[in-house]
Amino acid sequence: MTTTPTSPAAPTAERSPRRRPRRHADTERGFSRVFRWVTTSAGVLLLLVLAAVAVFLVERGWGALVASPADLHANGGLPKQYGNLLAFIGPLVFGTVLAAALALLLATPVAVGIALFVSHYAPRRIAGLVGFVIDLLAAIPSVVFGLWGTLTLSPVIAKLWAWIADVLSAILPGTVNATPTGRSLATTSLVLAIMILPIITAVSREVFKQTPRLHEEAALALGATRWEVVRTAVLPFGRSGVISAAMLGLGRALGETMAVLMILSPGLGYSFQIFDAGKHQTIAANIAANFPESAGLEVNTLIATGLALFVITLVVNMAARAIVARRKEFSGAN
Amino acid sequence: MTAATEATHVLLAGGHKARQRKDRTMTVLIWGAFVLAAVPLVSLLWVVISKGLHRLNGSFLSHSMRNVFGGMDAGGAYHAIAGTLLITLGASVIAVPLGLLVAIYLVEYGRGPLARAVTFFVDVMTGIPSIVAGLFAFAVFAIFFGPGIALGVMGSVALALLMTPVVVRSCEEMLKLVPNELREASYALGVPKWLTIVKVVLRTSVAGLTTGILLAVARVVGETAPLLIAAGTTASINFNLFSGRMMTLPVFIYDQYKQGPVPCRAGAAGVCIPTINYERAWAAALTLVLIVVVLNLLGRLVTRLFAPKLR
Repeated sequence: MTTTPTSPAAPTAERSPRRRPRRHADTERGFSRVFRWVTTSAGVLLLLVLAAVAVFLVERGWGALVASPADLHANGGLPKQYGNLLAFIGPLVFGTVLAAALALLLATPVAVGIALFVSHYAPRRIAGLVGFVIDLLAAIPSVVFGLWGTLTLSPVIAKLWAWIADVLSAILPGTVNATPTGRSLATTSLVLAIMILPIITAVSREVFKQTPRLHEEAALALGATRWEVVRTAVLPFGRSGVISAAMLGLGRALGETMAVLMILSPGLGYSFQIFDAGKHQTIAANIAANFPESAGLEVNTLIATGLALFVITLVVNMAARAIVARRKEFSGAN
Repeated sequence: MTAATEATHVLLAGGHKARQRKDRTMTVLIWGAFVLAAVPLVSLLWVVISKGLHRLNGSFLSHSMRNVFGGMDAGGAYHAIAGTLLITLGASVIAVPLGLLVAIYLVEYGRGPLARAVTFFVDVMTGIPSIVAGLFAFAVFAIFFGPGIALGVMGSVALALLMTPVVVRSCEEMLKLVPNELREASYALGVPKWLTIVKVVLRTSVAGLTTGILLAVARVVGETAPLLIAAGTTASINFNLFSGRMMTLPVFIYDQYKQGPVPCRAGAAGVCIPTINYERAWAAALTLVLIVVVLNLLGRLVTRLFAPKLR
């Protein structure tokens, strides 16, 4: 095997005839091989863990998925007005997506602004300060955001929402209600927006910094103002990066629990009355609110809703990461 | 001829003004974005500090909530702080070796479809909702211990699930920073690969790895939702991860907030404080923020002080 007939034997005559064929480019003997196996299996274990999350959620949620509506009404904690499990998950998914989408709508422009500020506008020292502020914002636990949002922000922001609701009522055909407590989906989304700001900013900033220097200088040489440089060179280059950053933020907002649980006054239904209380609920907050007092089939119902959340966030995150990964291959420009 | 230059002049000068106005507007807007982001942060920090300082004292830090009820001017977060430290320690014991090994795999060995899959799914895992991690820990342990189980170690498992991808990501970045020349020099001396990794690569990047791990710890130490499900709530001190429910600081904040204002009798002004629960929540919030900030600063400090000068 090793000493093929065609190989010139002269220079390697003293080579051991018992040498085994090489599998890898580098020779590995003894503990090196063990170490490779240990690290590789750690990688495989990680993939298995992710698969296990899905498997265990399905296993635990299965009871609710196959149970009859009558059983769910009696023991599964399914409200009487819903015929089956899907009809119950529907409004929850609606609330989750609406809250996250509003948060994204509020956060993305600000985050892109901050990212541009750091990468192209701020003096170096201030840019460092902004980075610190953003890191601090990212480090604050969600439960503290929830506490602040419900005890400090809600009473203050309620007046603004009431005013906006009045204006909207005058413009739109229907009436827009606003709750005086401020514990509405609008406040929740605002806090969620603050919470997802750091991740969108961080990813966008990295992309903007990668803009080829030559593109910017070319734009400047053509007499472009700073904003025109940003619009013609930086933003087109960073567009897909911003999109994936926004989707990462969306994934975070979809799964956020505590801020929603503490701020939002819950209610089940399809409603666009975002300034009103008791109209919406999200999957994560619903689980956290009801799990400690649940038993038996109720737990299975909640885990089934959690499975829906898992699938939604998984899809959003995979899409975002796929865009980022595709971008990486193209960014060999610099 | 003159008409043409006139037209050109108007075109250039007029457009110029509009363009400059637009440039200035956008500059203001972009500075405004920064100010807009700073406002909630300043407000939040101010409120947490001003309201939290009131009750954050030695007694608060050294007492549990056992036998504390109503509007009593007593009780503290000792049990919650102990629980947070223990559960986070447990999560680190699981997540740090696993995350480090995966990072080593990705940087030193990772080639081909498996490595690409691991990289991709590590990124995807960073987006797992924290509540789903809690449900996962519950689902795993419920199979073996029956429903209604809540243990400290379940909280550790849930947090480890959230922490591992963060550890992998940051350690990977740090290992990539180690120059290839160091590895090659080691190979040239006949050192086997695993010894090269342990003695050269890891030792060179130890400061960065410490930073990454500290930041990962800081990220999970404030997680609430998974612990609410997996570790439960209790008023008593519990030092055993493997037996009974365990209070943690974030859950303590939520628990105190949920209990709301205390209805006091008219004559009980001295012994009954109506807002005692909120005061405890704010004090615990300040404690938690302090822990997170200290971990963050410590992480940065480690890099600054101990990072090897490579270039």
